[in-house]
Amino acid sequence: MLTRREALKGAAIATAIVAAAQLPVKPAMAAATPGNAASLARKKVTLVKPPFVHEHEQVATDGPKVVEFLMTIEEKKIVIDEEGTELEAMTFDGSVPGPLMVVHQDDYVELTLMNPETNSLPHNIDFHAATGALGGGELTLINPGEQVTLRFKATRAGTFVYHCAPGGPMIPWHVVSGMSGAIMVLPRDGLKDDKGRKLSYDKVFYIGENDFYVPRDADGNYKTYDSAGDAYSDTVEVMRGLIPTHVVFNGAQGSLTGDSAMTSKVGETVLIVHSQANRDSRPHLIGGHGDFVWEEGKFDNPPLKDMETWFIRGGSAGSALYTFRQPGIYAYVNHNLIEAVELGATAHFKVEGEWNDDLMTQVAAPGPIATH
Amino acid sequence: MSSVTPRLRFKARLVVALSAAALGAAAFVAYEQIATPAQRQIDAPLTVLIDPGSFRHRLPGEYLKDGKPVDAPSQEVRIDGRIEIMKHQVGLADYRRCVADGVCRAADIKHTTAADVPVTGVSHDDATAYAGWLSKATGARWRLPSDREWAFAAGSRFSDDALGIDEDPANPALRWLADYDKQAALAKASDPGLKPAGHFGANEKGVADLAGNVWEWTSSCYERVRINADGTAIGRIENCGVYVVEGQHRTYMTGFLRDPKAGGCSVGTPPDNLGFRLVRENPGLFSRRWVAGLIRNITG
Repeated sequence: MLTRREALKGAAIATAIVAAAQLPVKPAMAAATPGNAASLARKKVTLVKPPFVHEHEQVATDGPKVVEFLMTIEEKKIVIDEEGTELEAMTFDGSVPGPLMVVHQDDYVELTLMNPETNSLPHNIDFHAATGALGGGELTLINPGEQVTLRFKATRAGTFVYHCAPGGPMIPWHVVSGMSGAIMVLPRDGLKDDKGRKLSYDKVFYIGENDFYVPRDADGNYKTYDSAGDAYSDTVEVMRGLIPTHVVFNGAQGSLTGDSAMTSKVGETVLIVHSQANRDSRPHLIGGHGDFVWEEGKFDNPPLKDMETWFIRGGSAGSALYTFRQPGIYAYVNHNLIEAVELGATAHFKVEGEWNDDLMTQVAAPGPIATH
Repeated sequence: MSSVTPRLRFKARLVVALSAAALGAAAFVAYEQIATPAQRQIDAPLTVLIDPGSFRHRLPGEYLKDGKPVDAPSQEVRIDGRIEIMKHQVGLADYRRCVADGVCRAADIKHTTAADVPVTGVSHDDATAYAGWLSKATGARWRLPSDREWAFAAGSRFSDDALGIDEDPANPALRWLADYDKQAALAKASDPGLKPAGHFGANEKGVADLAGNVWEWTSSCYERVRINADGTAIGRIENCGVYVVEGQHRTYMTGFLRDPKAGGCSVGTPPDNLGFRLVRENPGLFSRRWVAGLIRNITG
């Protein structure tokens, strides 16, 4: 029987033969367009766990380069809520979501993707920021024990989802098993508002939202499985109902709360990148706003301003810029409040600083209703 | 001083009553009315008798000083009468008898569990219904303890919920941030799996399972008290749709809630489980200890 790898290899050879046979003779043009990546400087980036983001310049101080990334795929059991419900997850680099990559427009992203022997499934990656080959999916399918390196030119500025897409029904299953992340392609001269004035952030947070579909037994309790494969057919049944059992940030209910709440201070500007690889969401910062919001995620479009709640279409990543003006606790939620509170889509910010009485004050404390 | 008294079977009580009459004592029966076997449905639960006393208590409720939230005062509270409180929380097996009698609603238990655990998934309304049923079944008057009674019985197991920070009336966020960190610390101790009665041990007064993983309804309502600069209360509003719940930490829960995850009034860490224990009103003229002593004297 032909393995998938052999089938792919065979297809590649066949395509090359056909292409060579049909090539018109054009002395000025090569068979494929290699571009100038070979001549560029290289930079290696070490990715960090969400919600944090690796060090990067907002305004590029040098020219386009090839930025090297390494991600290792890890199939692992994770706990997704405060009751201890388990999920057989598939992850980029061991986290749900996978880490945020940051480059500048016209940089080249060179990703080495590894699928260790300890995994049991083939995986690949589809970059929404890339052009061709199903986002790179056709060129990156790897079995356990294999690795592959893909390079693509980041031609468009914005935040974009990446996710695993191994083909057919495997695609939604891998995605709702946690296998997605995002990349931010900054304009070389940094972010700008609608008037072209410079915008910058003191801190950036990456919040990946995931919808999970965990099967339940006859008593209504969540089931556990020994492997993702064992969970597959039960999970597909729940998926087809289109109603998730969990909608979470950073891979688990409560994972960005308590000791892991994000922190800031009055006067600090944060950029919150929000991705949802599968399902619509509508983020809202309770007590705050989106000063500038790239809702669809692409920086060539002027940002929306003064946003109350913005829309992250399923299959995309957007971002919001906000400068904190009051101290206290802020909840960052998916503003379907059932999903926020019952299904887990809530994160917290702890913000220190002085209270601004002009922006808000309690004129009269609660007391009995006055009678005159 | 407190004591634990053994259960007495019905016949032993009958003997005692007759003995008391025979001794020419005043013709009141032992503290429980003698019920005929047909009426008697369950043995009265194990209780602990706690002598009156006074203690320092962090009052429940929200306090506003000059209109700004502050920690509730800690006050010397006097408990005048003896308290007779259940040694254990009301058990699932006992609660199910109330359900079988058609008086109580089945507890909202998510996972099947052994029967020798405390009943959980019950609201304040459920606890009150059970107290009424138990009173009829035993011929005594049972009710939820007040917050003060619970704290007095809890002794060293009571948890002070004051934030204890430097107050800044100009910055309300300081209390919100301090409370957030406190709740985060409480959440780390969470261990909701139900354990058999007695698992969390008894305190210095002999009361078991206080501040374990089952929080307990009290009869005390949520209140907001306004105090002036020197601490004198100048106004008070009570909300009896919300009750004080005691356990590892104090919280407030709407009375009809059975699932603690539904949360109380705040974003605070919810209790692992909601259950309750009861106190017996008018701990008797002839306490069980007295009666047991009498039997020993009679039977030698």
